[in-house]
Amino acid sequence: MRYIHGFRDGGAAAALAELIGAEVDSTREYHLMEFCGGHTHAIFRYGVEELLPRNVRLVHGPGCPVCVLAMPRLDAAIELASRPQVTLMSYGDMVRVPASRRGSLLKARAQGADVRMAYSALEALDIAVANPDREIVFFAIGFETTTPATAHLILEARRRGLRNITVYCNHVVTPAAIQSILDAPGAAGQTQVRIDGFIGPSHVSAVIGSAPYEEFAHTYRKPVVIAGFEPLDVMQAVYMLVKQINDGQAWVENQFTRGVTRHGNRKAQAIVAEVFELRASFEWRGLGYLAHSAMRIKSSYAEYDAERRFAMQETPVRENAACQCPSIIRGQKKPTDCTIFGTVCTPRSPIGSCMVSAEGVCAAHYKYRRIGNTVAPATVGLGAPA
Amino acid sequence: MCLAVPLRVISLLGDDWVEAEVGGVISRVSIALIEGDDIGDYLIVHAGFAITRLDVEEAEKTLALFAEISAHLVRTQHALHPRLP
Repeated sequence: MRYIHGFRDGGAAAALAELIGAEVDSTREYHLMEFCGGHTHAIFRYGVEELLPRNVRLVHGPGCPVCVLAMPRLDAAIELASRPQVTLMSYGDMVRVPASRRGSLLKARAQGADVRMAYSALEALDIAVANPDREIVFFAIGFETTTPATAHLILEARRRGLRNITVYCNHVVTPAAIQSILDAPGAAGQTQVRIDGFIGPSHVSAVIGSAPYEEFAHTYRKPVVIAGFEPLDVMQAVYMLVKQINDGQAWVENQFTRGVTRHGNRKAQAIVAEVFELRASFEWRGLGYLAHSAMRIKSSYAEYDAERRFAMQETPVRENAACQCPSIIRGQKKPTDCTIFGTVCTPRSPIGSCMVSAEGVCAAHYKYRRIGNTVAPATVGLGAPA
Repeated sequence: MCLAVPLRVISLLGDDWVEAEVGGVISRVSIALIEGDDIGDYLIVHAGFAITRLDVEEAEKTLALFAEISAHLVRTQHALHPRLP
């Protein structure tokens, strides 16, 4: 387990906590958003918030792919899976996400649809070869970490001449989402979330590099520190952000130097650019339609595009009125602000998408927040921006 | 979803596949998304694909920094509590 346990050392965490404590200015507040669900999970799992001074608040961001998938897209996938000739494959988290009318891919499977879970996108190739009479659809979700794998699947399908495989592409891009949070004008009934700096994603950045964050760090004067997913990584990133904020700086810094370079993985970027292009606009759960925030399959690979082959339709739906997922995704509410959190909505029987994936804020909170915890959960950005 | 772990390459299988290991668990990993392959390399593996090579030198630097911070903390504690060993 080399290069894993070293980044979880308790002694070093205590030392970092002391360093942060010494650096923090007690007269001001620090609102830091960890964009990525992987960080959210690590923060809850290792109790990182409890090691930080009370005026350092972590705001949990929208970087959980199943949490931000708009329900009409999921409904369309379920409708497709229900067609008799189709085998639909997706990552494990996705099959449990609640759709409209309390449906889910798992329930569709129970009703006879051929829905399968995949660990790797490439499993779709073997299934396509083994079932030449069936239409294999890979329901692709995820941020830039996962997009190259889907692109590679399409390239491989073409190389092997497979005709019975398509991709339902729902890949989204990180910088656009971060920008939308910063741009949030406080639309009807929404409070703007106060954010002083960002903990940038580790593995997304391993692919795209640290350069794509530079523009908005500069434009919006918000520091970004790209951090690894281990608890010490997160704590070091908090320290680096606090230091930048104190110094009035807004740089992109890289804590995760063992995995991220400025330009990222150029081979993976080239594979993505070969197969995918940006959509003009895409709907995110909780964030609405964001310009240039998602990928679609280029017309040169149209025969692998499930949306074109099956003429898929999206029907607008109404969300469960009690579910606070959209506000939680925006960082405006915390799970305990939701009346159905932990009662009606649990990981075993989720109402909202945030309760499904281990990276969802509600699921992480449910699993790791001790009951009767004397440390109150950090209140996130509900107050007026300072 | 974006979770990934560092695995060490133990054998090359050809055609952009390697076998890699962590904590006794061995898996088949695609290296189609990265350049080069070497036994002993650490790969950051996500959903069956290596997304990048772990830079061992940088990892050691970060670990050394954490060790230094810990040691520094112990020294400050000793300075504040001189009777502690």
